[in-house]
Amino acid sequence: MKSLGSIRRSFAPWNDPQARPFISFRNVTKRFGDFTAVDDLSLDIHEREFFALLGASGCGKSTLLRMLAGFEHPTSGAILLDGQDLAGIPPYRRPVNMMFQSYALFPHMSVEANIAFGLKQDGMPKPQIEARVKEMLKLVRLEQFARRKPHQLSGGQRQRVALARSVAKRPKVLLLDEPLGALDKKLREATQFELMDLQQELGLTFLVVTHDQEEAMTMADRIAIMDRGKVMQVATPAEVYEAPASRFVADFVGNVNILEGTVSERSGDAATITGASGAQIRVENAGAAAAGSAVAFAIRPEKIRVSSRRPEGAANVMEGEIWDLAYLGDMTVYHVRLADGQVVKASALNSSRTVDDPLSWEDRAWISFAPDAGVVLTR
Amino acid sequence: MQGKLSRFNVAALVLGFAFLYLPIVLLIVYSFNASRLVTVWGGFSTRWYVALFSNQGLLDAAWVTARVAFVSATVATVLGTLAALALTRYTRFRGRFLFSGMVFAPLVMPEVITGLSLLLLFVAVGFDRGFMTVTLAHITFTMCFVAVVVQSRLISFDRSLEEAAQDLGATPTRTFFQVTLPVIMPAVVAGWMLAFTLSLDDLVIASFTSGPGATTLPMKIYSQVRLGVTPEINAVCTILIAIVTVGVLAAAIVNKRRDVQRQRDEQAAQQAEA
Repeated sequence: MKSLGSIRRSFAPWNDPQARPFISFRNVTKRFGDFTAVDDLSLDIHEREFFALLGASGCGKSTLLRMLAGFEHPTSGAILLDGQDLAGIPPYRRPVNMMFQSYALFPHMSVEANIAFGLKQDGMPKPQIEARVKEMLKLVRLEQFARRKPHQLSGGQRQRVALARSVAKRPKVLLLDEPLGALDKKLREATQFELMDLQQELGLTFLVVTHDQEEAMTMADRIAIMDRGKVMQVATPAEVYEAPASRFVADFVGNVNILEGTVSERSGDAATITGASGAQIRVENAGAAAAGSAVAFAIRPEKIRVSSRRPEGAANVMEGEIWDLAYLGDMTVYHVRLADGQVVKASALNSSRTVDDPLSWEDRAWISFAPDAGVVLTR
Repeated sequence: MQGKLSRFNVAALVLGFAFLYLPIVLLIVYSFNASRLVTVWGGFSTRWYVALFSNQGLLDAAWVTARVAFVSATVATVLGTLAALALTRYTRFRGRFLFSGMVFAPLVMPEVITGLSLLLLFVAVGFDRGFMTVTLAHITFTMCFVAVVVQSRLISFDRSLEEAAQDLGATPTRTFFQVTLPVIMPAVVAGWMLAFTLSLDDLVIASFTSGPGATTLPMKIYSQVRLGVTPEINAVCTILIAIVTVGVLAAAIVNKRRDVQRQRDEQAAQQAEA
């Protein structure tokens, strides 16, 4: 099997101003009665991209997917696919296919017939249908299950039939609604990589809806984080994690410590943030935060060092006591209570085989971090 | 099993079943009576069954009933299924509440009223009463039973199946015939069988709406019984009971087999995964 790395590393059409987006949501709003599911949302997705819509339930991500499939119609705004406005095109004429969360396999048809269903609707000649079905069965490794009915399959097998059925027609875009939601954890992890391989192999554009951030981070080229019908940030997994655009995104993805303060000094990119208790944080790049403005400093637990003695030469050092600690095997998570009462989470990788931790409950401890370890958030 | 049957339970069971089935057993037994007198046992004989097949009046009535039941059940199934679809799918149209109420009203309407009003309608329109009018009347009153049966299935129907079909390129019409209908088929068949049975044994509405040359079996039986019960009637009824029993048993056995097979398949699939 070819490596994905070389293909993926160079793939970033969103950075190319010349690139024409493949799917465009333009100021799309969708209301159900009084409830606004999608609120004036604009989003561009590029060809062959693996794009994830990530958000809590009810954030509008599924509605967005269903509008692209044609099951819901925008209250206002337009959806363009490959330059063509999709308004007025019914679901059965759209060049997109969807994999449903419930799989929606036809219970009265065999695996073969399920996969062939879409091809038959297009009036494809019989020998070609047979060849394509065979190819799809091979792709998802279900050759020996061709004649089974859906109820004779396990959950993982059903998921693969649903996948084969939705890619059989070679759609321009494959929509996946919580594709791994019904699988158990172990199967889910294996399937994530299978989906990524499949996307590369078929060269399709994948748009996946998920509430599982790990799933989105693993699979997607880019992630759109949604909240209450709006897109909060669109970025690569690394950018979303390391450079969140707002408190919401920082808090939603992974663990984070948020320290509130004001910009007390600004020189070039660097700045000093002073907390309510007078503690100062020096940061290398404060972005657009103006002097005197209220900001939040967000820092991930693994970027903070915890030590039992005051560290020398660190840019930022704060004193506190160990409030709580959790030994997880691969790492230890410390909750350090600072002088002003705020509890900061820090995690340390257990890279050596030491059984006795030098730090214990109620011990004096110092936390330290580099000036570029966190981000300054104005929103 | 939980405990043994107490004496009270056994008594209740026996009495209950006796209450339900004793009259029927009596009828069957007397259909094999050699005597002409219905209530006096004169030895075993099948003569009334032989006589039955030379009774042209009864045979004609049976043939009329079978045709009426078949045609009315089929049309009622089509209409009832459509009504059920409209009621479950378009939940927000104007007057839905009134419409659903009106579909189900005939379920509780006294048959005399249904029959009389249909009779008045046929007279007003100038329809000659006969096969047509009985069939129409039976369609009217069995349709709502079909609608109830099919609707209860549609409520638990997974709409994403239809969305998946459309997503794969099937037009709404094709989606209905290739996905929706096959999935709800057991309910549609059950509705048809219910309509067929209801039409088969209807006396009241048929009496109002039938005309010369379209006497149904229940009408024929009723008119003969008024002249005195003959063992021939017992024989007819026994044959009817036999047909219904075979039908019900066959349906039950097929269903049971399918359920068992399904359970076995699902267990096998789960084990294969583990």
